[in-house]
Amino acid sequence: MKGQLILIPGRSAKQGTALNKGKLKEEYIRVTTQLEISAEDAQEIGLETADIVKISNHVGETEVQVKVLKEGKLPVGYAFIPYGPPSSNLFDGETCGTGMPASKGMTIDVEFIKKGVKKKTALPPTTAIG
Amino acid sequence: MSAASIDNKIINEKIVENATCTFCGCCCDDITLTVDMDRKVITKAKDACVLGKSWFLNHVIEDKPIARIDGKEVTLDEAVDEAAKVLMDAKFPILYGMSDTICEAQRQCAPIMDDCGGTIDTTTSVCHGPSGMAFQGVGEPTMTLGEVKNRADFVMYWGGNPAEAHPRHFSRYAVTPQGMFTPNGKDDRTVVIVDIRHTKTAGVADIFLQVKPGKDFELLWMLRAACKGVDIPDNSKELCGVEKEVIEDLIDRMKNCKYGVIFFGMGLTMTRGRHFNSGALMALATDLNEFTHFVAKPARGHGNVTGADNVVSWQTGYPFGVNFSRGHPRFNPGEFTTVDTLSRGEADAALIIAADPVANFPKPAIKHITSDKCKLISIDTKNTPTSEAAHVSIQTSTYGINTGGTVYRMDDVPISLRPAFDSPFPSDLEVLTKLRKKVKELSKKANRPYAKSKYI
Amino acid sequence: MNNEIRIINGLVFDPTNKVEGKVCDICIKDGKIVDKVSESALKIDAHGMAVMPGGVDIHCHITGPKVNLARKLMPEDHRLDPHFKTPYTQSGSGGIVPSTFATGYRYATLGYTTAMEAAVPPLTARHALEEMYDTPIIDNGFYVLLANNLFLQSLIAEGRKEEFKEAVAWWLNATKSYSVKLVNPGGDEPWKGHKNLNVKNIDDKSKVVDLSPRAVIDAFIDAVHELGLPHPPHIHCNNLGHTGNYDTTIETMKTAGDRRLHIAHIQFNSYAGEMGKSPKSASKEITDYVNSHENITCDVGQVMFGKAMFMTADAPLTYLLRGYKPQKWVNADTECESGCGILPFDYQGMIYTHALQWAIGLEIFLLSADPWRIVLSTDHPNGGSFMNYPMVIKLLMDYEFRKESMKHLNQKAMNSTILGELKREYTLNEICIITRAGPAKCLGLKDKGHLGVGADADITIYDILDDKEAMFNAPRYVLKAGQLLISNHEFVSDYTDKKVLRVAPEYDKSIEKVIKPFFDDFYSISFENYAINDDYLHGTGVVIESNKKNSIYEN
Repeated sequence: MKGQLILIPGRSAKQGTALNKGKLKEEYIRVTTQLEISAEDAQEIGLETADIVKISNHVGETEVQVKVLKEGKLPVGYAFIPYGPPSSNLFDGETCGTGMPASKGMTIDVEFIKKGVKKKTALPPTTAIG
Repeated sequence: MSAASIDNKIINEKIVENATCTFCGCCCDDITLTVDMDRKVITKAKDACVLGKSWFLNHVIEDKPIARIDGKEVTLDEAVDEAAKVLMDAKFPILYGMSDTICEAQRQCAPIMDDCGGTIDTTTSVCHGPSGMAFQGVGEPTMTLGEVKNRADFVMYWGGNPAEAHPRHFSRYAVTPQGMFTPNGKDDRTVVIVDIRHTKTAGVADIFLQVKPGKDFELLWMLRAACKGVDIPDNSKELCGVEKEVIEDLIDRMKNCKYGVIFFGMGLTMTRGRHFNSGALMALATDLNEFTHFVAKPARGHGNVTGADNVVSWQTGYPFGVNFSRGHPRFNPGEFTTVDTLSRGEADAALIIAADPVANFPKPAIKHITSDKCKLISIDTKNTPTSEAAHVSIQTSTYGINTGGTVYRMDDVPISLRPAFDSPFPSDLEVLTKLRKKVKELSKKANRPYAKSKYI
Repeated sequence: MNNEIRIINGLVFDPTNKVEGKVCDICIKDGKIVDKVSESALKIDAHGMAVMPGGVDIHCHITGPKVNLARKLMPEDHRLDPHFKTPYTQSGSGGIVPSTFATGYRYATLGYTTAMEAAVPPLTARHALEEMYDTPIIDNGFYVLLANNLFLQSLIAEGRKEEFKEAVAWWLNATKSYSVKLVNPGGDEPWKGHKNLNVKNIDDKSKVVDLSPRAVIDAFIDAVHELGLPHPPHIHCNNLGHTGNYDTTIETMKTAGDRRLHIAHIQFNSYAGEMGKSPKSASKEITDYVNSHENITCDVGQVMFGKAMFMTADAPLTYLLRGYKPQKWVNADTECESGCGILPFDYQGMIYTHALQWAIGLEIFLLSADPWRIVLSTDHPNGGSFMNYPMVIKLLMDYEFRKESMKHLNQKAMNSTILGELKREYTLNEICIITRAGPAKCLGLKDKGHLGVGADADITIYDILDDKEAMFNAPRYVLKAGQLLISNHEFVSDYTDKKVLRVAPEYDKSIEKVIKPFFDDFYSISFENYAINDDYLHGTGVVIESNKKNSIYEN
């Protein structure tokens, strides 16, 4: 089950809160490996929420977990992922003379690897519990 | 050291009122912190948003060495000496980051790189750097956030997701507050969201425009044309994702509002066109001033990236990507910006302050900065992939939690921080002041090629 | 560091103490001028040189939020004028808005040791103080923008005079500022709130608060007089730059009655002619009034050809000027308080209006009967860079040079002025007055602008040359606070200490209870975070005491 999508990395509240707990911690890794795709694309490629897929381009590759969104939330042909080391693997160093690498809108190959376990990524509790 | 749960009774409690949260560019300064002074943790952050709460409440004093060289613990002075030596020995040393620290510390950075003939760059270059470049070309009509609260009856967000990146932006500044000329809050305002996807932010929209990915420039240019009375193409939906009638209605609303504002984000700076996108938006806001009072503002991310912009600009004349190799500041995005100097393998030493390129940068840059070809020095408050990979690693205390100092909100308003509890780790200011002194000492001895006597 | 210095054989100019070109010694110890020093003092032989107090710039825009926006705006300008690093100084960028290190060094190399930032909004005054700390050598202070402060305006409109005075004192203390700046009073609200309009007449009432610009001006003049501030309200008059505006200026000066008022860059408000048509010179009308009213002081705001940059709290004016040649433009509104407009500009000698402005400025200098009260400025960078000051001096001292310069300019403009008939040449003593002694007196700075015992040892020593531009461009020696900074034209020390001059008039603390509710409702930062704490002075703050008086001649 393969396909091609355009990747949009971005910020999210969960990524922000997990960042504060620590980038080397499990919470952050979990949040930044979640790939959101549209229902239409999920059907086209043959994917379900919690599937583990490999996303790759000419720069590199990384393994992420799929989350299928309801129709209309994401334009067809596009995928969203919160910023982090996984998405950085796909950034090209070319900045077209601006200093800014192409950080949104890169074309990626999506390939199904295996079925995963559905996990709840609720917002971490807001108390200072280590 | 683990933190206390809120069920335990706090014996030695301190309340800090009007504290400022520095997680995002909103810099909300109305936070009330409850601090457990014995356990050195913040147990409550009243009025903070979800990001702010996690920022304050997750901060604990870790039991770690202050300074390490190649993973081995050393004294702070030894680490600073080694860092200074690395910078002076390098042919093309760079400094990057600066945004998550106070202005007083940021002010040490340009002089350090001036003395070692290096390059200074801030996280702006991968955030609103393109907007800064557009500003240099086009200018910008802009404002402080209180003007939006008091006057704005038309509020637009373009290419940003404040609901997740700046959670209190709506309630504190732009959508719901009741201001001097907007006594009915949201009812006095028209809110327009423009984005490629329907985010949480779109939930507050009166009008939502789903622009075609990579076609923001086209849509902005059509709005500019419509503003000037030029006919726009009938097939605009095909070109940019928005129908002609919608564009015409929108520009009409913008021309007829009393005070309009557009906030814009990474959707413009990080996509095809970069500074052309930001420039088109700022030019549109300028055009609209022929009809009414209209302003625009980039929605800055990290707490003090605006401060870094301001400090580097006043000290060098340029906001980011500044090189000192020839004995004076030179500015060139693409040549002196960090993604480039790392991806092309040019930097042979990198001083990274309050930033984490090893986690967030493109792969070629990460490959170089973690290789033997580049000596990495990290000054940060937490363990990150960058601090773990560093040759010299110095742990510092956190601004706004352990130290005071100045930060600049996204609208260039400077605010003084109120710390909660002190830390055994030195502050960024202390470390950078030492480093500046050491580099100056070494550079005088090295008799670098300075300008010959007369300088005018 | 040798802290005793004796300057010998120099031709000393100290008009404040009636020394007008006399050979005598100047003794320095511990940063101050003293009566005598020991034999081991460092001697500086100033034979053939003029010894003057360090220059005092009473009106320039060099630090703060709007200056930084203008700095960021002009990379192409910085690129043409790099400021190189030396063993004693940091590098920087030059051009029309230099970076902070370059600003301090360049003022010092012209022999200036004090410069007052002319306009800063209270909300962002921290920024100005931060930049001042990075502006080496020169002492600074700033004027805080209060004329369009909505809360203060509401107090005036409601006739609450006592509370208004307390609130002004509170604001001066909270911002660590030197005096009150009024820019286009009443002009902010039509600009921000009424689709980019402006106020035209000083007796027009605003649509929002029942108040005219004249009432605002009057209230501030009164309050500042009562508080006894060393420098009176510093005003950028309404209708600046418009043809026929001179009567607004005269009406503004009349509003002061016999109380002190300082008119900023008065040249820009000295135009006769009909609104909407070509301007003419009203330098005579303006100087007649200033000459005959001892309570009025002003700085000229001389226009110089070449690059300039409009940066002013008069935002509607800047936008209007942009209309002549659309290009990059910045507008920045500051909530409840102020705003600013920024526009790069070039003054060209062949253009009628520009040539006329140049001529009017010089006319004002030459018609002035009192160099103590009509002092030098170019409103840097609005009328041109401060680096032009030596050329201005040459134009004033050298009639032949002035006449020759006029030949190359728009002749219609030259013929519409009386500049050609004014043969007066300023003496060195008069130059000393308009560039140091006069501004210091206008500012009420007792320890600056003179070389009497007790004064700050800020001293400039110039080779006396026939070419006065060359002479004032490169002093041979510059001392600041008794430290020898520049010797034989070169920096010889990395001494960069400086002071921030401010006022701290007493006020009733209970006024905070009156101000706070307005903040809670309409500002976007907490009231408790607004006032600036002493940390921002970095131990360099100096409070200048209050002293009520009606002219610079009273003690």
